[in-house]
Amino acid sequence: MPKIASIKKVVVIGSGPIVIGQAAEFDYAGTQACRSLREEGICVVLINSNPATIMTDKDIADKVYIEPLTPEVVKKVILKEKPDSVLPTLGGQAALNIAMELEESGFLREHNVRLIGTSAKTIKKAEDRDEFKKTMEKIHEPCAPSQVVTTVKDGLEFVKNIGYPAVLRPAYTLGGSGGGIAQNEEEFIDILENGLRLSRVGQVLVERCIAGWKEIEYEVMRDANGTCITICNMENLDPVGVHTGDSIVVAPSQTLADKEHQMLRSAALNIISELDIRGGCNVQFALNPESFEYCVIEVNPRVSRSSALASKATGYPIAKVAAKIALGYHLDEIKNAVTGKTYASFEPALDYVVVKIPRLPFDKFIQAKRTLTTQMKATGEVMSICTNFEGALMKALRSLEQHVDSLIYLDYHERPLEEIHERLYNVDDRRIFVIAEAIRRGISLGEIHAITKVDIWFLDKIANIVQMERQLSEADELTKELMLEAKRMEFPDKVIGQLVGKTEKEIKELRYAMGIHAAYKIVDTCAAEFEATTPYYYSCYDGVNEVEEDHSKKKIMVLGSGPIRIGQGIEFDFCSVHSTWALKAQGYETIIVNNNPETVSTDFDIADKLYFEPLTPEDVESIVNLEKPDGAVVQFGGQTAIKLTDALLKMGVNILGTSAENVDAAEDRELFDEILEKCCIPRPAGHTVFTCEEALNAAHELGYPVLVRPSYVLGGAGMQIAISDKDIVEFMEVINRNVQEHPILVDKYLMGKEVEVDAVCDGEEIVIPGIMEHVERAGIHSGDSISVYPAGLQDKIKRVIVDYTRKLANSLHVIGLINIQFIVYQDEVYVIEVNPRSSRTVPYISKVTGIPIVDLASKVITGVKLRDLGYTPGLQPESEYYAIKMPVFSFEKLRGAEISLGPEMKSTGECLGISKNFNEALYKAFLGAGVQLPKHKKMILTVKDADKLDAIDIGRRFAALGYEIHSTKSTARVLNENGVPAQVINKVEEPSPNLLDLILSHEIDLIIDTPSQGVERSKDGFIIRRHAIETGVYCLTSLDTADALLTSLEADNNDLTVIDIGDIKSVEEQ
Amino acid sequence: MKAFLILEDGTVFTGKSIGSTKEIISEIVFNTSMTGYLEVLTDPSYAGQAVCMTYPLIGNYGICYEDMEAERPWQSGFIVREIAKLPSNFRCEATLEQFLIRHDITGIEGIDTRALTKILREKGTMNGMITTNEQFALDEVLPRIRAFRIGHVVAEVTCKEKRVYPPEGSLTYKVAMIDLGVKKNIIRSLQKRGCEVILYPAETPAEEILKEEPDGIMLTNGPGDPKSCTKTIEEIKKLFATNVPIFAICLGHQLLALANGGDTEKMKYGHRGANHPVRNLKNGKVYISTQNHGYMVKESSLDREIAEVSYVNVNDGTVEGVHYLGKNVQTVQFHPEACAGPLDTDFLFDEFMNMMEVSK
Repeated sequence: MPKIASIKKVVVIGSGPIVIGQAAEFDYAGTQACRSLREEGICVVLINSNPATIMTDKDIADKVYIEPLTPEVVKKVILKEKPDSVLPTLGGQAALNIAMELEESGFLREHNVRLIGTSAKTIKKAEDRDEFKKTMEKIHEPCAPSQVVTTVKDGLEFVKNIGYPAVLRPAYTLGGSGGGIAQNEEEFIDILENGLRLSRVGQVLVERCIAGWKEIEYEVMRDANGTCITICNMENLDPVGVHTGDSIVVAPSQTLADKEHQMLRSAALNIISELDIRGGCNVQFALNPESFEYCVIEVNPRVSRSSALASKATGYPIAKVAAKIALGYHLDEIKNAVTGKTYASFEPALDYVVVKIPRLPFDKFIQAKRTLTTQMKATGEVMSICTNFEGALMKALRSLEQHVDSLIYLDYHERPLEEIHERLYNVDDRRIFVIAEAIRRGISLGEIHAITKVDIWFLDKIANIVQMERQLSEADELTKELMLEAKRMEFPDKVIGQLVGKTEKEIKELRYAMGIHAAYKIVDTCAAEFEATTPYYYSCYDGVNEVEEDHSKKKIMVLGSGPIRIGQGIEFDFCSVHSTWALKAQGYETIIVNNNPETVSTDFDIADKLYFEPLTPEDVESIVNLEKPDGAVVQFGGQTAIKLTDALLKMGVNILGTSAENVDAAEDRELFDEILEKCCIPRPAGHTVFTCEEALNAAHELGYPVLVRPSYVLGGAGMQIAISDKDIVEFMEVINRNVQEHPILVDKYLMGKEVEVDAVCDGEEIVIPGIMEHVERAGIHSGDSISVYPAGLQDKIKRVIVDYTRKLANSLHVIGLINIQFIVYQDEVYVIEVNPRSSRTVPYISKVTGIPIVDLASKVITGVKLRDLGYTPGLQPESEYYAIKMPVFSFEKLRGAEISLGPEMKSTGECLGISKNFNEALYKAFLGAGVQLPKHKKMILTVKDADKLDAIDIGRRFAALGYEIHSTKSTARVLNENGVPAQVINKVEEPSPNLLDLILSHEIDLIIDTPSQGVERSKDGFIIRRHAIETGVYCLTSLDTADALLTSLEADNNDLTVIDIGDIKSVEEQ
Repeated sequence: MKAFLILEDGTVFTGKSIGSTKEIISEIVFNTSMTGYLEVLTDPSYAGQAVCMTYPLIGNYGICYEDMEAERPWQSGFIVREIAKLPSNFRCEATLEQFLIRHDITGIEGIDTRALTKILREKGTMNGMITTNEQFALDEVLPRIRAFRIGHVVAEVTCKEKRVYPPEGSLTYKVAMIDLGVKKNIIRSLQKRGCEVILYPAETPAEEILKEEPDGIMLTNGPGDPKSCTKTIEEIKKLFATNVPIFAICLGHQLLALANGGDTEKMKYGHRGANHPVRNLKNGKVYISTQNHGYMVKESSLDREIAEVSYVNVNDGTVEGVHYLGKNVQTVQFHPEACAGPLDTDFLFDEFMNMMEVSK
């Protein structure tokens, strides 16, 4: 059936800020879907609160609302835009929930708006636990037996039916807290009692434990005519028990015979037919490894992380096709974009192996529990493609950028055998390395399988890699045959060198002399059965090259930013994609290299060529050897791309934009100091030190507080504020635990206002789209601060900032983007950091000012001048809108993680509040971040001594809003003495009722708890904050943030305005 | 041991020998199924051919004997990129390599199967040789390779005498099945539905079959050029003339077309895999099917008075099914019995049951 003619204007709901479990995959799906809808002449109205996304560009949708994702806001947009349809299945769970609420409340019907794609009825059937169970029973698809219980007695009664081990999941607790797996009655009672207490509704789900079964996923599609196809199936290396987002996943399945595969495939199609899915759907199964028994774990009636992975793994654009199905098309009416000849109604055939590995944030949250459970913890993932499993695994490992480029990890070889054996029982992110070490030590595959339940097939492949390590280290001579085999398994030259006792360079030369080079194959959805024109490639060492090198146009290589992690998020993908588009528009042939399956940049129709490869010097060099690009762009791909600069220069690749020496100059303390001195720009006084004694001397000279940090790090890693000698001693000891190649910096810590600019420089002139100001005082990482545009600064300060920016850009010979952070302290402007590259705030500032700075920077680096692009140099006129960027955290997903903010970045995403009214913008920003106050109007306020005075005003204002304040003794005394009513509550270590009881009463809206700095941090505070997070109470650790929250609450927010960012005109357009 | 795959166009792939080291010459085709290598190996339709699996890792779950589609493999050779040394599956009884050795099937691994597939796609199916003789001389082997013809292989794969397969549960219908190289699951699919299946050698005279008064007749899949089955075609004409319902799959579908004045032709590289979309022209629904054929029925050759196309291939528009007008006769080019592949069109057996019910 052709397109439904009555669909003309469609609202697409995005997924909001990036949090663990809901990341860039929805930007990829949403962007693809919006483009797919517009291809059909549909007017697309997009709502998404996340400014870092590509989908919120005004060239992706006709109308773009970067507004909080709440039912109220979506209603407002619908009333304003009067669409005829809403497409709810592209924005993850967030979008689905909102759409359901609007549908169920009758709002959509009332305004003649329909849900397109999958219907509300279907969504309900798939999402509602009871309805889902009933539906599955109806069509005889088994689910793991489970029951909701409210008493221990009922729980014990039910567990008799299912036996131990049993899984317990408390209802409505975040991060799976209070849940667990009980092995026996004693543990069962223990976990159940605690779970009932933690659950807001006093309910715990008791479920049969199927941990250890194979976890298999199917990505399926169905159209309105009932045609069903499977795009891909995937097998998790980690058996059931680990969230699929945290599992190593392989596509297609490897250990399933056709009988098992067809059984599950038929079940998946059976399920989507019964649910009447119209679009894409994900079905997860657990399969008993010893029989044909299986059960359905979950069904997601929408695009998902898995569908993004399946799209990249097969080349089949699921979101694009799902959008077309929503418009009424049948699968056999939609062209397969890959072959251009066949249709979307076929099932992709793979002739390679795909491995996905999650990127976990334990490097940022050292205290967090590393155990992997059914609660997802990964912030991102990498994918790799190869002709064999060993190679795909090796490529994926080095794509993670975690200082590991093989299965040889840390000091495992020094650990005693018993420890390795013991560690096999730990299900965490290091398990694969432990397994490899266990194999090295001679623990049998059978025993490893018995402990880990990882299928023998995978263990055998890991053993092959271990065997190759051994062969290399024992080889008398590195023969061509051995080299070829090692490269077939994707051993990097560096690792081969380490194993045979040669340098990476020697291995590379030897390899070239042997004529061993990477070859590139095409991902074509059809295993070469049809001719494909997709420029989507992966490397291998056991085949002929298929890439046709052509040099009719100048070629530019854009290096991507790899997996999403805290500190390097989706914003760099935004930059890479925009840069690619700008370069393409300039007439260049563009080549993207990246390894992140969730992103828009790895969609095969973004660049002229896509290489899905690790971002290491060796992998990039192989591509360079083949493509011989005329230049490479590194300034848009975050630290991942910047790190490749040296290697690219050595390969003879021209780096476009700011030169490598100047990038270095910004990072090298001494060079940078010289530049500042020359420009007469002040920075906070500081010293470089190596030893603890030098650090103490420096601190004494500067006076406390001081900032201590290793140089050459990013995202504030290892940065600490010291207020005493004791702190210095402790920090220096931590830093010097690892040998430092570079000195340690001790700087005066200025408690001023932090200000940030992004600018474009063409080598002479600069364009600053706007100045941003941070709400939190210096000391909190800029990525974790609330950021306000335009900054509320006096004109003379602004002039100084513009002047400094110009001087710095010129001194560093910046061509392209530069990001500078300043501190304004007692009317003086100090520079604290300069990064001559794109930054986290680039998408945000571009959208709120309407000035496409990535586009400008991409043109500038190819030699175009800013004036020729129609811009008057300097600070651009301020917008009439306030735009406030709010950080969003995922603490509830990470058990044990410290949530208090500091110099090290912790947020996973961001959202925007935009309005002509400052307070409303702030309110929207909080709303977008999920802060919806008040509920019970009860709060806890407890602050460190240094904050006691500031707390009085905060307390007074909350009290004026009608809040009941509970404080520990000392804070309460200060408040009461100053006329602010506060009730005293016992500390955690004091007898009940104490703070914990109060939190667990589920009546607290808000906790403000400012932790003491330095080593004096109280354990008490940590426990309070964790409990707050785990029971879903909003928790603030900075009075600046509290002040901002108050400001937003004090305003009248009854009638929010909604703003199409297309109405914000750039200078060019004016 | 080194092994070589030599194509008739002179291309040589060097790999490693797996299975038997016996030198073979055959037609070389590729199959895109990612699972089901044992079903492919034991599908009699591949007689006279060596199959290249496009999925690179083959043998992962070993050999589960109950999944065999015939008593023995009929392929001449097996071509893979990487054969699993240590398979893993709860039903696994042997490794693929052991299986190849036991059945004396010549194989080669470690070659760029994608490159081979592209050659076959671009130049069309061609003959080839797998040998372990390192001293081969192209001048000597190429004429031999080029001279190879599959011939009338149905005669080799068909059963030598009539066999009866009892129904599962109570008897519904009696089906006469002409064995052109039947896959076991065709028989099982009917048994499961309560049919008694009488399997006849390919060239059994129609009279002998009709004498048993079957409720329906089934023509199976099979190997080779349909036009080589001259004798069978003559018998099919007679069967068609009766009012006994006929259901035919693959080669059977082609033979019925030939028996009705239609024509068949060799395809460039055929359809072999488990992901082929076919559209039912009645309801527009698309099903994913298993396919294995190198010949097809020419649409233009079908007499519109007698036959109408019921299914087409979504990818290339070729004929995938024919309904004979005014007759209880339905034929499909694809494999509703799957094995390996999707079970989506299993309902065709139910339709066959209905056909038998109606004409009872």
